[in-house]
Amino acid sequence: MSESLLSATGLGISFGGVQALTGIDFRLAEGELRCLIGPNGAGKSTFFKLLTGQYRPTAGCVTIRGTVTAGLEPYQIARLGVGIKTQVPSVFDGLSVDENIWLAVRRITGAPAARNAVFDVLEETGLEHLSARQVGTLSHGQRQWVELALVVASRPSLVLLDEPAAGMSDDEVKRTAQLITAINRHCALIVVEHDMEFVQMIAQKVTVFNRGSILVEGTVDEVLADPRVRDVYLGRDLEMRV
Amino acid sequence: MDVSEKAMRKHLPTFACLVAAVTAICVLPSAVETFTLVEFTVYAIMAIFSLSLAFAWGYGGILCFGQAAFFGAGAYAYAIGVLNVGESTVAMLLAVAVPMLLATVLGYFMFFGRISDVYLGVVTLTVTLILYNLANSTSGDQYRIGAAVLGGFNGMPSLPTLNVPGSPGRLLDSVQMFQVCVVCLASVYIGLRALLSAHFGRVVVAVRENELRANLLGYDARKYKLGAFVISGGIAGLAGGLFANWGAFTSPTVFGLAQSAQAIIWVIVGGVGTLLGPVIGCIAIQWLTAYLGTIGWVNPNLVLGLILVLFVLTIPKGLAPILFMPFQWLLRQRSQVGNHEGRIP
Amino acid sequence: MDYVAVIAVEVLNAIATLVLVSIGLAVIFGMMRVINLAHGEFIMLGGYAATMAVKWGIDIWLSMLVVAPLAVGLAGAVLERLVIRHLYGRMLDAMLATWGLSLLLVGLTTAFFGTTTQGVQSPLGATSIGSYSVSLYAAFVITMAAVVCLLLYVLLRHTHFGLRARSVMQNASMAAALGMHPKRTYAVTFALGAALAGLAGGILAPITGVVPTIGVAYVAKAFITVIGGGTSILAGTVAASTVFGTVNQLVSFVATPVIGEVALLAVAMVLIRLLPQGITGRFFRGRI
Repeated sequence: MSESLLSATGLGISFGGVQALTGIDFRLAEGELRCLIGPNGAGKSTFFKLLTGQYRPTAGCVTIRGTVTAGLEPYQIARLGVGIKTQVPSVFDGLSVDENIWLAVRRITGAPAARNAVFDVLEETGLEHLSARQVGTLSHGQRQWVELALVVASRPSLVLLDEPAAGMSDDEVKRTAQLITAINRHCALIVVEHDMEFVQMIAQKVTVFNRGSILVEGTVDEVLADPRVRDVYLGRDLEMRV
Repeated sequence: MDVSEKAMRKHLPTFACLVAAVTAICVLPSAVETFTLVEFTVYAIMAIFSLSLAFAWGYGGILCFGQAAFFGAGAYAYAIGVLNVGESTVAMLLAVAVPMLLATVLGYFMFFGRISDVYLGVVTLTVTLILYNLANSTSGDQYRIGAAVLGGFNGMPSLPTLNVPGSPGRLLDSVQMFQVCVVCLASVYIGLRALLSAHFGRVVVAVRENELRANLLGYDARKYKLGAFVISGGIAGLAGGLFANWGAFTSPTVFGLAQSAQAIIWVIVGGVGTLLGPVIGCIAIQWLTAYLGTIGWVNPNLVLGLILVLFVLTIPKGLAPILFMPFQWLLRQRSQVGNHEGRIP
Repeated sequence: MDYVAVIAVEVLNAIATLVLVSIGLAVIFGMMRVINLAHGEFIMLGGYAATMAVKWGIDIWLSMLVVAPLAVGLAGAVLERLVIRHLYGRMLDAMLATWGLSLLLVGLTTAFFGTTTQGVQSPLGATSIGSYSVSLYAAFVITMAAVVCLLLYVLLRHTHFGLRARSVMQNASMAAALGMHPKRTYAVTFALGAALAGLAGGILAPITGVVPTIGVAYVAKAFITVIGGGTSILAGTVAASTVFGTVNQLVSFVATPVIGEVALLAVAMVLIRLLPQGITGRFFRGRI
């Protein structure tokens, strides 16, 4: 699997006595866009946090372009070229939009090029008109977009998004889908989502989690047609069917 | 807004500081009597101390309950240095370097151990207590470092004070001492403003704003906090060294809780998140304490305690927002890309 | 053998002193997540209350065990109403405001009583174990620490108040939804914590004498013991006191009392580094 950008093998984690994830085998190719779906408590966010380095696995490992990430701090994983957007928007509320983005690009570019790089990111994400606004004063949807801008500002090759469309209006959701599709032109993406309409707007391949393991993988249509997936979402216990 | 106007706005506080410092140095010595000048000198020294905490807490988000640990380390480092070397320049360098070393060790222990804010308060409080206890227990001639007898709770009296670098015989008089302290204060203030406008300072503030996001952007937040902590320790040490000079004396009270408490009160009263605020708060409270001392019947602890409680309850952001409101309004009218320097008064 | 017994008594005394000194702060921190930095001054006030009561002719046992906790409990209730009430949920602000309170109380006491140390005679003499003399008062301190812990356990586990208090501690909004008054519980709990501090002050007054600044020594140790102990009020305080008290006393024997203090502080720092949630964050979880 040497062409995989990211791969997880036998990944598992337990908290106290609870086995949150077991035996996860996952491959992501360069430039791929994958959506992770599944009911609440299935382990999607836990898997996400294992990828970002916020959690350490108790079994198995994750590699990004061959580098094992277990034991790496989140900032080290970020430096491998991974952009991360957390479930709860994590931005610098006390600073302005352009100051936020400046911090993101400045680590990559030198001081003279930083200004231009900030303008570029503002343009790509359509945030020019908000550049001087303090982020804490923006609406929820706008803050999510600022976070997306931060994620792409450091020109990552892999982007991890945890519920990027959460709490957004229909128009905002469409705009976010466009942004993500645009981002996908330059990098691979893993998107954790609940909103099935949003998933259908962006997804190529989908991975369904359930009860701490991967239930099925496939295209959106395949997965939605799969009766096991319907059962999982409707709550019917799989074992009882036998 | 054209370029020259923008540049002037960015550098206004620095410029104002330089003007104030030059004025103070040139005008005050002839305008006031020596006794008052000596008072002003200690105000300047304590203002430097307040800046150390203003930086660490207001911008770095590190509420250090034991800032006196670095102040005291600076004072004692100076004392031990000057008694051994016989010349004050190296001793003053030690007064800055030793606290920075202490801060590096302590900071590594705290920030790389991921302890939370409250625990940070406990640890810093504990360290200052340890140092206070240790300093107190060194009575007796056997406790000496080189030629310097530590003196226990009596302290180390009759310290040689600052001399012109290179000529141990030429000691500075009180006017020159005042001037040196004002120059140090102005330099620290201008230095911190410059630091906060640079990449390092901006990341420190970002780490305070949202440590997780700073990490996710690829910055090792622990290193930036450590850096801010070490710089803050060095500034406090500078103040401590100057203080030992001012009284030609040092004793364990420089490590005391009261010393740490004062710094916290100055920053709260002046305004957490600004540099000038704590300087003003420091000078105001120092003046108030001296004034209460002349009255005699009002206990300073009572007044300080009351002030602290009232400020936390009613004016948690301190005096700075009120004092600087007119300036802030002017600055906020026009804000540009990357122009966040205007927000550091 | 006798020597071991004497050392054992001294170590138990040190542990018991730490327990008494810290339990009030533990109650307040455990229930309300308020770090009351005026705790040392509550202890100091308890000492003054007991000392003054004795001077006014009240029996020393009553002064220490009744007057002191009542007086300081009352003072705590008043301060809670005026100051603490506004600071729930704001942990750092509470630390700062209570630090201000501590300065205020020191100032008030200095203004009223001056700065000279006042004392009360220890009401118990000494006894002997073999050829060594041991203070009987140490036995009293150890007994009182045990009694306080037992009473507190019974209060929290077996009374309605205790149940309400624990439920508010675990989930204040749920408790409010069930019709309890979190604010009232907090007020009573703060007064209880203050009273416990006053009791400690009363009990320790004959040993140390009272002076307005005596609180400083206590607050640091109490603070460290509570943080080191973790979230469980009783289990945490007892566990941390045992560790720190033992270290303090043993090192004091080997070296000097000051070095013993330093050892206590150093061990506390290491413990908090290793167990950031305190002892009961890892062991004895879920106990009271």
